[in-house]
Amino acid sequence: MSRRTVRVAAGQGFWGDWLEAPVRQVEGGPIDYLMMDYLAEVTMSIMQKQKSRNPEAGFARDFPQVIERILPTLVAKDIRVTSNAGGVNPRGCAEAVLAAARRKGLGVKVGLVSGDDLLPRLDELLAAGHELRDMDTGRPLADIRDKVLSANAYIGMAPIAEALDLGARIVVTGRVTDTGLTLGPLVHEFGWDHDDWDRIAAGTVAGHIIECGAQASGGNLLRDWRKVRGLADPGFPIAEVSDDGSFVITKHAGTGGIVNVPSVTEQLVYEMGDPTNYITPDGVADFTSIRLAQRGRNQVAVSGITGGPRTPMLKVSIAWFYGYKAVGTLVYSWPDALEKAQAADRILRQRLKDLGLEFEQVLTEYVGVNATHGPLAGEASPDLPEVQLRVGVRAREKAPVERFTREIAPLVLTGPPSVTGFAGGRPQVEEIVAYWPALIDRRAVEPHIKVEILEA
Amino acid sequence: MPVKKRATSTMPLQLRYLAHARSGDKGDTANVGLIALEPEHYPLLVNEVTVARVARHFRGMVKGVERFELPNLNALNFLLHGALDGGGTISLKTDAQGKVFSTALLRMEVPVPAALARTLLKRPAP
Repeated sequence: MSRRTVRVAAGQGFWGDWLEAPVRQVEGGPIDYLMMDYLAEVTMSIMQKQKSRNPEAGFARDFPQVIERILPTLVAKDIRVTSNAGGVNPRGCAEAVLAAARRKGLGVKVGLVSGDDLLPRLDELLAAGHELRDMDTGRPLADIRDKVLSANAYIGMAPIAEALDLGARIVVTGRVTDTGLTLGPLVHEFGWDHDDWDRIAAGTVAGHIIECGAQASGGNLLRDWRKVRGLADPGFPIAEVSDDGSFVITKHAGTGGIVNVPSVTEQLVYEMGDPTNYITPDGVADFTSIRLAQRGRNQVAVSGITGGPRTPMLKVSIAWFYGYKAVGTLVYSWPDALEKAQAADRILRQRLKDLGLEFEQVLTEYVGVNATHGPLAGEASPDLPEVQLRVGVRAREKAPVERFTREIAPLVLTGPPSVTGFAGGRPQVEEIVAYWPALIDRRAVEPHIKVEILEA
Repeated sequence: MPVKKRATSTMPLQLRYLAHARSGDKGDTANVGLIALEPEHYPLLVNEVTVARVARHFRGMVKGVERFELPNLNALNFLLHGALDGGGTISLKTDAQGKVFSTALLRMEVPVPAALARTLLKRPAP
């Protein structure tokens, strides 16, 4: 058994995360891998929308840009990168990375993982009896087939480990799980068997802890939040993993934020379901087996993790066109701010009714009173300095939502007094792309997964 | 018949003095991980933060509650079903992703031995 550790550093927790983080991770201290997670449930659908307008789009453009910035350091320090930045166009993303490498005059091997995209095969799969029922409602996908915008299977770490085995410095994928981006390098480095369930679970938990970036190292930390220092330059988390599957969560010296048992625990419970049954394509992890211990300043030791065999099914992320929504806001001031906002809401609703507009839902919230905790916030103070009226509407048709966006500004001169905060102009009509989670037999996906090595 | 007196008197205390929390979403379900501030208070959370109490706390706001125990992390995990008005991109709510159901749960009061409650109230809540 090797005594060395493998250091996997988080560089991005979602598409839109802090752009400086990956730069800090490769320059701020020793790491072996930079792991960049870009994909949330709705991200694939946004990328699909971009690709339908421009076939060369459909991936996180931030990624090749940051690679161009850090590539000299990656090469000099022999750091390798795993990322699902490829979205619905991993090939386009890989080619953009190669173009960036050529501009820098640096040779680089890029691993391209494809095969998660089920959209080109969707009718074939449905015809073969894969119903792709919504895991929450039980409806078969056939009900909305004509509205489907994207369909991607969540695939695991195996193709990432394979691309690294083949010498890739940068591995670009589509819908690989967030945790697979961390587990892949560990399986490649330590040669873990794909059915060594406890180690697979351990690498998965390491991935879960670092996949949301600074959310494990002091960002969004509720406990003692005032005592978290230096968040202007937060240290993103790093997992230092040993061959036995135990690991230490830490961050680079000299960075802000904090790594302690509370910060790691808050991230462990984030988006959790049944803790004994954390399912990924690679295996099932038992979160009730995790042992945490503060080892030193900004060092939390994680051990004891057990897991079980992978399930025969893979989760599928399907995005479909649902309809339209818009949100309008206005701000009312003291005195009687809430009463004025409530009066404005009544007038607005009457006008929408008089215009004969039909909506699936009209939702009113009063920011400063009940927008985050609803009725639990209790009775509002009569002396509130201001209240924001926030009205949202949703419909399957665009026309009523479009008309709604023109009914906010008129309230300024035709409604209750002491109103402001309308300088942003009319609300925007947004297209709603909804999420349809389903399961598919992994045998219908795995033969299509492909690993290629491209070279600049 | 004389009513038997309870051994210790209790008083209601907000969970913010006993726990910290983080929440997230999966579709129309919000999850709240509730973590004891001190390991010795975890059994109190297990006994007092019941499914029935949490369902009553969020009445009208959620359609169902499930609870899981993580004694290794001194934490309870709650699933609040139907909490997000459709969830994801469909929801019109400010908190469509359920990010602050965590602090909404910390508003809940549970009965705590009076002496303990008085001690905890003297500390600044996190």
